[in-house]
Amino acid sequence: MVKFNRFTLENGLRVIVHEDNTTPMAVLNILYDVGARDEDPGQTGFAHLFEHLMFGGSVNIPSYDEPLQRVGGENNAFTSNDITNYYITLPSANIETAFWLESDRMLSLAFSKKSLEVQRNVVIEEFKQRYLNQPYGDVWLKLRPMVYKKHPYQWATIGKEIKHIEDAKIEDVKAFFKKHYNPQNAIMVVGGDVKTEDVKKLAEKWFGPIPAGEKYHRNLQQEPEQHEERRATVTAKVPLNDVYIAFLMGDRLDKSYYIAELMSDILSRGNSSRLYRNLVKEKQLFSEVHAYMTGSLDKGMFVFEGKPTENVSIETAEAAIWEELERIKTEEIPADELTKVKNKIESTTIFSEMSLLDKAMNLASFELLGDAEMINHETDKYLEVSAEQIKALANQLFRKDNSTTLIYLAEIS
Amino acid sequence: MTLQRKKAPEFRAIDHINLIRPAHQKLDNGCNIFCFNSGDQELVRIEWIFGNQRFDAVKPLLNIAVNTMLTEGTGSLTAAQIADKVDFYGAFLQVDYGYDHSQVTLYSLNKHLQHTLPVIYDIINDSIFPEKELETFIRNQQQKLQVSMQKNDFVARRVFNKAMFGATLYGLGADPDDYKTLHREDMLAHFKQMYQPSNCTIVIAGKIEQDILELVTNTFDKGWTNSPVNADTTQPGLQPATEHFYLTEKPDALQSAIRMGIPAINRTHPDFPLLQVLNTVLGGYFGSRLMVNIREDKGYTYGIGSGMASFKQGGSLFIATEVGADVCKAAITEIEKELNLLRNEPIPAEELSLVRNFMLGSLLGSLENVFSHADKFKNLYFAGLDYDYYDRYVNVVKTVAADQLQELANRYLNFDQFYKVIVGKY
Repeated sequence: MVKFNRFTLENGLRVIVHEDNTTPMAVLNILYDVGARDEDPGQTGFAHLFEHLMFGGSVNIPSYDEPLQRVGGENNAFTSNDITNYYITLPSANIETAFWLESDRMLSLAFSKKSLEVQRNVVIEEFKQRYLNQPYGDVWLKLRPMVYKKHPYQWATIGKEIKHIEDAKIEDVKAFFKKHYNPQNAIMVVGGDVKTEDVKKLAEKWFGPIPAGEKYHRNLQQEPEQHEERRATVTAKVPLNDVYIAFLMGDRLDKSYYIAELMSDILSRGNSSRLYRNLVKEKQLFSEVHAYMTGSLDKGMFVFEGKPTENVSIETAEAAIWEELERIKTEEIPADELTKVKNKIESTTIFSEMSLLDKAMNLASFELLGDAEMINHETDKYLEVSAEQIKALANQLFRKDNSTTLIYLAEIS
Repeated sequence: MTLQRKKAPEFRAIDHINLIRPAHQKLDNGCNIFCFNSGDQELVRIEWIFGNQRFDAVKPLLNIAVNTMLTEGTGSLTAAQIADKVDFYGAFLQVDYGYDHSQVTLYSLNKHLQHTLPVIYDIINDSIFPEKELETFIRNQQQKLQVSMQKNDFVARRVFNKAMFGATLYGLGADPDDYKTLHREDMLAHFKQMYQPSNCTIVIAGKIEQDILELVTNTFDKGWTNSPVNADTTQPGLQPATEHFYLTEKPDALQSAIRMGIPAINRTHPDFPLLQVLNTVLGGYFGSRLMVNIREDKGYTYGIGSGMASFKQGGSLFIATEVGADVCKAAITEIEKELNLLRNEPIPAEELSLVRNFMLGSLLGSLENVFSHADKFKNLYFAGLDYDYYDRYVNVVKTVAADQLQELANRYLNFDQFYKVIVGKY
């Protein structure tokens, strides 16, 4: 059970306070309701590049990191296809420094040209390090546009290509800030050794004077249902063959989300899961094989990924995955197996309450979904799922004409 | 009153750190138990920590293979049954291999502990390393190794460790052929000698009522006996190579991995906290000299940092990064500049006071929950130190002077003496 208080400033900033006096620390987490899905197709990777620029100094404070480190704080941020999230942890006695820093960069950035120039390079190196200079690193650059034909999930957070990042101009940065970075598009969570009354005062003091700005109304073209089998094969300098099969699934608020997650747990969570037990251990067809979902806010992907063992053909490997899919589509799921994955959900929830930062981030995410209180009802939603629902969803998702298959073939040197 | 946005709010430096200390008991079979009772959630983390057996260069993978395969079958449970039991009760079972110790970790809700503990008992008392599972293990590890060997930073770490530490557990980087030296009989013998109560430390953290503690002690006291032969946890001495420069060329590389450093003192040395301050200034936080220069000013990399490792027989100080292949030489020149700067000029007072506050805040922040308190204890206990270490650490961070750090820089940050490894283009 995660307790919290909630209020909204006049300018539209939503604030959630989670008091936890078991720690001497405090967390200030700000979620901005903007991600790679909000980018222009000709300027991809921009939300993430922008996240880097948020550390390049704000209108009244030339350095963001330095004053925070001086009071014993640490910070970081991440960008996904859906959101951009910034967080600070620091000794609670110094919480006001976090308000000072975060409010100033919500007010306005310094828009330094030097910062843009350097961060363009840094992000290009990140592009290389994570996506291009790693075996299989470019898989999402290839798979996303195969699965998404209409929706902007067709590009990865890092962007479609390095050129988009190279081309970013300071005017674009300013326009992006104006459009997305204002109180109405943000959710702030303050947690840890704090009192709601104090947080209220500090929020009013530092964030209250920020103009509300314009509300951004998202109007994205949703991905239509898929009715064709898609497939591509690439030959790459990778040591082993690799098989990816992606299925288009529902969005985060769809009831099927919970069913899908339990299904992915049955298939792939832990050493007792079906894929590991049957395909790695028993049949010895894969050295590793996994199933997972992207968990995105709009329609997501349910992905299978496996590296066949030497001398196992791609055809055999693919057929073995499909055989497991047929099983879950046709056979009854034993009661014990369903109880098992539900027990795991229950314990994971309790363990996640050990981390203040996790709690703060989760509260912000659920508030974005509609209501922070959802954090306390998630487990129940999983517990309600029945074996029949899983079977029905498997039949709905795991169709050839809803599948996108990407094969990596190891170049023979 | 107008808001002073240009002026930083008042702040307070951290005065002291409160650490939770464990309750200790020693079982009749020689096993030590340390218990950290705190927190609201009805759960525990229990670790069974064993000193690694002496390294054998002819059979280099025994320690890691035995540890990794502990979940692969016992006299009474198959690998599948172990996995079923653990997962059914919502528990998490992990095996981890480190330089000095190997361990088994269980995360469990208290209400299921009576079902999950017996599985661990079985694993550390009666693992049998079935032949078929061993074959699968070898095959899968060899495949994973092939993928890792395509990653420049992975290769750089291997080459670096081998150069710094030679034929020891610290310098080991497995080759595919090394897996052929693994035989079930050797693993069984290794297991029997290493995984016994007299070589085991149990660390429990979580909400621990008396009944939980009794459950643990009852399971791991009476029925768990020592082998006739004690574990041999002595290790061969470190064997640093004479060659200090290593280049692995990858003609297609977009980035080069750089790793460089020197053997250094470990936590037991009185200068260790001092060196930690120096390391933080150099590359231990986002505002560090290396980050500010090589990422934030030059944009050569997504990240660069320095770190320190402390283990039983010594330690190391190292710098690691991946930089654009075309700026590899330039990045190394900048690293050298930063090292020399620390040797030639005292750290300015402003910067040093920032680092002091950052380090203390970071120590406080690292104590997130009862698990972190247990982790701090392990750092001390296995280095043979007492809690006054952290008092000393806090004191050093608060009071260390710039000239002390400069003197230390001259002792440790000599670019010419560094081992240097580059994988990619140079």
